[in-house]
This record gives sequence, structure tokens and C-alpha cells, in this order.
Amino acid sequence: MTTDGVKPILEARGLVKRYGHVTALAGSDFDLRPGEILAVIGDNGAGKSSLIKCLSGAVVPDEGEILLDGNPIHMRTPIDARAYGIETVYQTLAVSPSLDIADNLFLGREPRAPGILGKVFRKLDRGKMRAEAKQQMSELGIMTIQDITQMVESLSGGQRQGVAVARAAAFGSKVIILDEPTAALGVKESAHVLELILRVRDSGIPVILISHNMPHVFEVADRIHIHRLGKRIDVVTPQTHTMNEVVAIMTGAAEPGAVGYDQVVKDAARRDPEHVAQTLKTTKEG
Amino acid sequence: MGKLFRKLVPAPQGAGTAGGVVGAERPGGLTTRIHDVLHSNATLGPLFVLLLAVVVFTVTADGFLEPANLSLIVQQVMVVGTLGIAQTLIILTAGIDLSVGAIMVLSSIVMAKLSADSGVPGLLALLIGFGVGTACGLVNGALVTRLRLPPFIVTLGTLNVFFALNLYYSKSETTRGVDMSDLLLWTGNTISVGDTKITYGSLIMLGMFAAAWWVLKNTAWGRHVYAVGDDAEAARLAGVRTDRVLLSVYIVAGLICAVAAWMLIGRIASASPQAGLNANLDSITAVVIGGTSLFGGRGLVIGTLFGALIVGVLRNGLTLAGTDVLWQDFAVGVLIIAAVAIDQWIRKVKA
Repeated sequence: MTTDGVKPILEARGLVKRYGHVTALAGSDFDLRPGEILAVIGDNGAGKSSLIKCLSGAVVPDEGEILLDGNPIHMRTPIDARAYGIETVYQTLAVSPSLDIADNLFLGREPRAPGILGKVFRKLDRGKMRAEAKQQMSELGIMTIQDITQMVESLSGGQRQGVAVARAAAFGSKVIILDEPTAALGVKESAHVLELILRVRDSGIPVILISHNMPHVFEVADRIHIHRLGKRIDVVTPQTHTMNEVVAIMTGAAEPGAVGYDQVVKDAARRDPEHVAQTLKTTKEG
Repeated sequence: MGKLFRKLVPAPQGAGTAGGVVGAERPGGLTTRIHDVLHSNATLGPLFVLLLAVVVFTVTADGFLEPANLSLIVQQVMVVGTLGIAQTLIILTAGIDLSVGAIMVLSSIVMAKLSADSGVPGLLALLIGFGVGTACGLVNGALVTRLRLPPFIVTLGTLNVFFALNLYYSKSETTRGVDMSDLLLWTGNTISVGDTKITYGSLIMLGMFAAAWWVLKNTAWGRHVYAVGDDAEAARLAGVRTDRVLLSVYIVAGLICAVAAWMLIGRIASASPQAGLNANLDSITAVVIGGTSLFGGRGLVIGTLFGALIVGVLRNGLTLAGTDVLWQDFAVGVLIIAAVAIDQWIRKVKA
């Protein structure tokens, strides 16, 4: 878990969140580097959703601090987070089906027409909205140009998720958080969304990806933040660790003395003994 | 296995557009195509029914197409149509307002009594009446957004409260038009276009429909009304202040009801505490027949105008054709059920 001297864009130090006598976060650290996709994984109840809620402004941590570009920030609502350039795409509640794509992209921050029509009559600047929506969608390779006035409900699940991600990418100047973006999607649609996540990363915005789906995580993540028992237990990369090892770390089976630990080591060693030796070393150091 | 796989995975879409293209291929049966057209233009159905009714009565009822009769129909739907605008706004947010009629009657009594009994100048009486309607809307909106009560329950309660206040203030007595300021009766005045007399109230109603249509379509507020009715939580997470939108919708609806009160006075040339007793349900009928979904987020205010006109044309035409009044109610009832059945069908989106 070396920092390699890279300055993180979004950072958290010692986050604590308690709900009554349940401790969801027990002094968790977090860091997101510029231009990376950081996957956050953890078992149910590990506290990863509390961590993400702290980072997206939905929950205020009891202790600890969050830093953006090295400066401490305080967020009380998701709207605060948005003002800092942190956009979140929620798993299920992503879009308004009966509005068109352009309206959805600008929902909650619509530009007004210039002049008296905009000032007095509060007319929307539809031309600008559609043009920018078109540009945003085609930059991300989401759709052909003539479709921008289509109602979102006529889109498939993956396409809706695409609209939501495009909205986040359009306004999220610093960080985009995606909460289980592929959970409700089929195989092909997931592939499209993963592709989209890579494009967002390539456009220069770092992405935090929360997912239960290990193959998806391994496909796109640059680094993997593993959450366990309310803390960051390790940060690994798809290059240094296999899926089994990551699951083992996540569930605790990779901890010496844990049930199944011997099996984990044996299984991995049979495949690649050198790699296992290396992995066990880094994990202990972490 | 191949077949099953194809079923689970969406069909490949338009060529040369990698990465999730919009516009899934659809099998094109006639029913599917009608469904698609209605899905994107929910107002076409009501418009078609309205034209059909006009054609049928032109053939079957003598004097239906006379300008004087058409003008009468518009006057008859003037009040319900205006209340329908308020009702549409609220139903678009997935709410319902049972108190629109009561707000209207209370406002009309306040305007009339202030002018006739208290000697308040007409304009001031009118404005105070508007203020009363707006305040009633504020009460509804505050109860819905602050206490988080269902709109149906809130407005069922305030329906009774406002109606009781109306009886108390009016002492259950009708105020005659001759005692009031002329301004309050102005909506019943007419201008002549050729042989046809058009009331100012009808023109105000049409103007309000146009304004409501424009605002819903072209302003952020209008888009937010749809977004809130569609999925309030999604709208909130997108940064829409949903409670503020809801509250403003109820306030605007209250004001519109007060304007309807002004028209009601002009229409019946008096202010009666018992007038407009069925206006709540009539306004809901107009909205529903007009293709606006009771589940919120879908529909156009212009559909409500068609809905109100359909009911007006139906009642007028059946009367001219010499049909018993009970069959008018029967026909309206059938229309409501048909309209909602069609709405359910239209709302279905193919997965």
C-alpha cells in the first residue's frame, strides 16, 4: 500500500461513522488518484456504502476528514458535494423516465435563455441544452445525434445508465462515483457501461466504482480498494492479485489463522507459487 | 441455448455506433405502432375522441354546429376547464386535489361578499379573493410537504374545511350579482365575433391553458413538475428541490382556482355557496379523459382542455339529441374508464 508519491485528488483520513452502537466506519482511510478507476469492494456490512455516502455528501462522518486536492472540505448534502465537483450516480434512481435526454442531463441546473425571455419568463435555453447534450453524449460514444429529444423511458436499462453517467461526466469536474452501475444490467449492456466508464476515465475524470461484480472490477479498475470491518484493509491492483486472492482478502480468508486460509494459499500456490509468495508478503506489509 | 441467450440480451442496435445506441429495433405490428404513437403523443387520443364527438353530433343533433351553440359549450366548460388546469398541475406531480371546487367557492364568496356587503372596491375584492385561493393552496401544499400526508387525505380534509368556512362566511346565502362590483361580473361579458358571442371568461381560460402549456414545456419549473411526479427521489438526487416544487404547485393551483371563482361569478351572475359542488370530480374527469396519468409525470395540460370539451360536447350533444340526462352521466362514466384503461396500456413500456 505505497503511495508512490502521487498526490491523491480525493482523500479521506480516519473516517468514523456510528449508527447508535453499530460502528459502520472504524477509522477508514481512502485515496483516489488523478485519472484512475478505483474500485471499492467489500462484503455486505463491511461499511463500504457508509464510506461512499461520506464521500458523496449523503452522510456526515462523526470523525475524520475528507480532502479534495489536499484541502479539507465539509459536505452536509449531496448538493454540497456537487458544488465541489463530486458527482454520484445512484444504482436505481438515476433518471426521470418521462423527460427527454437533454432535460435529464440538465435536470436541476437548467440554463436559461438569454435576454428577457430567460430573465423574466424563465424560458429554458433548449438549443444550448440539446447541443451540449448531443456533444456530451457523442463524446462518450453513447448515441447517435438525432436521438437527443427521445424520452428516457424508451431507452433500455443500459442506455439509461449511460444517460446518468453522461450527466455525471458533464458536471463532475473532479470525481465521479458510480454505485453498482452494472447491477441491474444484462451481459451486453454491462459491457457498454464498462466501456463508458473507461471513456470517462480517459477523458481525465477519476472514477470511483462500487461493485460486487469481480469480473467487472477486474476488467476496468486500475486499483482496488478492499473494505473490511469498517476499514480499508488493503489496496491492490488487478495485475498483482487474482480474483480469488482479492475475494480472500475481502472475506478475511486471507488472514493467517482464518478458516480457509490454508486452502486459499494452497489453491493459489498450485497455480503460481512465486506470485503467492509475493502477494502474501505485500498483504502482510499492508 | 442460442435462443434463450438472444432473449436475455437486447438485439444488436443500429450499425456503426459502438457503445449503446438509442432506439431499439421494434417489431412493427399495427397495435405496436398505435401504442408507440400514443406513447409519445398522449393527447392524440382525446383529440380524436373530441373530433369524433363533434362529427357524430353534427350529423345527429340539430343545431349542434351553430356558432351560438359552440359558444355555449365553451362557456359551460369554462369553469371546469380552468379548475382542470390546477388539477392537471397537481396530478402531474402524482398528487390529487379534491379541494379545487371548495377553494373556488370559498374564493368566489369572499370576492362577492367583500364587494356587495362590505363595500370593498371591486379590484381589491378580486385581489383579496385571489389571495384567499392562494392561501388555501398554501395550506394544502404545506400539509403535503411538511407533514408528508398523502395529497388525497390532505385535500379530502381541506375540502370539508374550506366548504365549511364558505358556509360560515356566506351564512349559506347567495350574493346577487346586481349588488357586486361590475368587475366581478366582467368574465360573463361577451364580445361579438360575427354572430358568435364569446365571453371574456372563455378567452381567459384559453389564455391560461396556453400559458400553462408554455410554462410546463419551456421552464425549469415545468420540467421539475414532471420530474417530481415521475420519480420524486430521482429528481431530488438530481438536485431538484422537490418539496419546494410541490409546495409551489399547490400554491399556483390555489390561485388558478380563485381565477375560476371569478369566472364562476360571471357565469352564474351571482355567488352561491352551493355552486360548483361537483367541480372537484368534474375537473378530475377532464384531466383523466385528457390523457394525463393519475400516476404522475405524464400528460399535457392541453389534453385537459380536450377532456373538458369532450364532456361539454357530449352533454350538449346528447341534450340536443333529446337524450335523458342520466345517459349523459352514463356516457361520461364509460369515457373515464376507457380513458384510464387506455392510459394503463400506453404506460406500458416494452422491456
